[in-house]
Amino acid sequence: MASYTGSKSTGREGSSQELHVLAVDDSLVDRKVITSLLRKSKYRVTAVDSGKRALELLDTEPNVNMIITDYSMPEMTGYELLKKVKESSELCQIPVVIMSSENVPTRINRCLEEGAEDFLLKPVQLSDVSRLCNRVLR
Amino acid sequence: MDYVHLRRQAASLRKGLFDQGYLDEQFYQLEDLQDDASPNFVEEVVTLFFRDSTRLMANIDQALDKCVKDFNKLDVYMQQLKGSCTSIGASRMKTECTAFRECCRDENIEGSHSLSILNLCMRSFQKIKREHSVLRQKLESYFQLLRQAGPVECATRPNK
Repeated sequence: MASYTGSKSTGREGSSQELHVLAVDDSLVDRKVITSLLRKSKYRVTAVDSGKRALELLDTEPNVNMIITDYSMPEMTGYELLKKVKESSELCQIPVVIMSSENVPTRINRCLEEGAEDFLLKPVQLSDVSRLCNRVLR
Repeated sequence: MDYVHLRRQAASLRKGLFDQGYLDEQFYQLEDLQDDASPNFVEEVVTLFFRDSTRLMANIDQALDKCVKDFNKLDVYMQQLKGSCTSIGASRMKTECTAFRECCRDENIEGSHSLSILNLCMRSFQKIKREHSVLRQKLESYFQLLRQAGPVECATRPNK
């Protein structure tokens, strides 16, 4: 699989109000819910519906502090997105969190081994987001 | 207009949705996310759910009508539908989606009976459609009552 290289640098600078989370989910309903969960936790959110769009945005948006992505998506899974991010010299520092509605231990392990910060089971709760963001974006 | 009565009706309808198992605790999560900045959040999410689920169910209907025996494909559609059900707390629908997926998985074990499995899937899907229709009707009534009752806080969460 070819490496993806973004063209902008990313960082974790800024106060909590400026921290920017990229949410990736092909489900309209889940995008709305995760966006609301993240905004409630005071993060700026951009939500896209595919891994491809996520990579396009990462190429143009200079400051993404965390990516939270669904695992099961058509064309590019969350795992494949994770791999592309971690293979990119520009993007590899961005923490990536995977969400899934299915509790499959081999899937979870594979994502964590590939460098995912965490793996959340859906439905994601406000407490999951608070705990995660405190840990990952501190 | 008797707003108190309308609010009581809405609260009663809401309680019934939980007591009868149509909704589960995930719906509380949606209510917790509703605030002054997003005063209609719950209704917006539910509206999105019914729009999305109708589309998914049309895909499944089409596949079943054509007697498509691609059970993996049916399972993918159903996984998406189940995921949406989970996200809004549509408990009964979620249960029926799980049952449908079990049918699809049965085919993988006994491929020679794919026609009977297809029939089972069709029957299971009819149940999903019924639950979908009932839930939609009840939630539409609930939100209509809320709108008529005016912009007030949600009814207090029932004790668990």
